[in-house]
Parts: sequence; C-alpha cells; structure tokens
Amino acid sequence: MIVPLEHIIALAAILFSLGLVCTLVWRSNVIMLLIGIEIMLNAAMLVFVGGSSKWGMPDGQVFALMIMAMTSAEVSLALALVVYLHRRRNTVDVDEFRELRD
Amino acid sequence: MEATLFYILAVVTIIGTVMAITEKHPVHAIVYLVTSFFSLAMIFFLLAAPLIAMFEVIIYAGAVMVLFMFVIMMLDLGRPSEAGLPGVRQWILPSVLGGIILLSIMAVAVRHFSAPDTHGIISITDFSVTLFRKYGIAIEIISMQLLFAVVGALYLGRKR
Repeated sequence: MIVPLEHIIALAAILFSLGLVCTLVWRSNVIMLLIGIEIMLNAAMLVFVGGSSKWGMPDGQVFALMIMAMTSAEVSLALALVVYLHRRRNTVDVDEFRELRD
Repeated sequence: MEATLFYILAVVTIIGTVMAITEKHPVHAIVYLVTSFFSLAMIFFLLAAPLIAMFEVIIYAGAVMVLFMFVIMMLDLGRPSEAGLPGVRQWILPSVLGGIILLSIMAVAVRHFSAPDTHGIISITDFSVTLFRKYGIAIEIISMQLLFAVVGALYLGRKR
C-alpha cells in the first residue's frame, strides 16, 4: 500500500462529486450528462481497486472489471438512444425529452 | 517516490476532470477526460492492478471515449454555440449538493481505519483464478448483459 486508504477514498470522493455536479448541471447536453455518469463509475472503480490493494484480495479488481463491462454495455445503449432521439427531435437537450410516448 | 507520483497523478486527474466538466466544447471535454483517465490508469498501476490499468486505457480511453467522440461528430454537436455552457446560476445548486456529498464522504474517510494492511501481492494469476473460479457465474451474466446491449442498440438503430 503506497498511500493510506483514506487518501484514495478522498480522491474517489472528489471525482464522484465532480461527476455528480456534471450530471446535475449539464441538462442542455445529454452527452455531457453521460460523461458525468462515466466519471462517477470511475470513482467507484477507484474505491474497489484501492480496497483490493489494501486487503490483498483480487476480488476488488474483479468487480472493477465487472463495472467496466457494465459501463460499456450502458454506454452503447445510451448512445444508441441519443442517436435515436436526435433523429426524432433534432436536439440533445434533456428538457426536450419529457414524454415517453412515441 | 511512488507516493509522490500518486499525489501528482491525483492532481492531474482532478484538474482534467474539472476542465472536462466546465468545457464548453464537447470534443475538448472528451480529450480532457481521456487525459484524466490515463492518469487514473497510472494510479491503478501504482495500486498493484496492472490488468485493470490496461483495461482502463483500452476500454475507457480507447473504446468508450472514441464512441462518444464518434457520436458527437456524427450528430454534428461539436459547435459550442449550439449547446451553450450553463449559466452561473445553474452551477450553484449542483455545486452545493456535490459539496455536501464530498464533505460527508470525507468525514467518514478521514476517520482512521483500524484494519491493518495485508501485504499480499496480487498477481495476475490470482486475479484470473478468482475471476473464473469464484465469479464464473458473474462472467456468464455480464456476457449475457453485453449481448442484450447489442440487441438493444441494433433495435434502436434500425431503419424505419
């Protein structure tokens, strides 16, 4: 363990808050909102890897890999939705996508 | 020396992320985020997770961010005038909420952990054995999830 676990968790907390602020602020662009979700998931991965390094167990790294696979599935679906909505409404503003009916 | 490198990389990660979320131009935001992910991959390497560091570079910085870039260029969202930066008033409440969450996590994190360090070195062999023996069912589930994502993306992207 090169640094105390508290510092790793502090870095992850800062990254998580930045991702949360990005998600809350960027309602005018759904792509920036998805980037905020990416930043938050990266912070979660950092906590998993830090815990795995502290306790010497590989389980945390396994779950970081799971988060990565989950993120790639989520991003591919979300970007397909963005392309679909942009084709229908010609905008990426989240406030424009209020109704679910087609 | 490694600890110093960790703090330098942490500062690079935070600056890259801050620049990414305040950048008006989406393409510049993606490039800043790739920088931040590269330094995060280096942090993973320092935390004895070389495989995760590699996947971070290959999957996140390589595949996911290029997918974002591809969609931005395909939909022609690269012009900053189209999707302007949110005003200062829109930043206040999210910053307060994020600050509250940051402070609450910090308050828990700075309390000293009593658990001692275990100095086990995690080799890639340990990682692979855990991945395919202990969590083999999770691999199956995650592969099915990726298949569903492919089917969903094909359904959403079809011509009508």
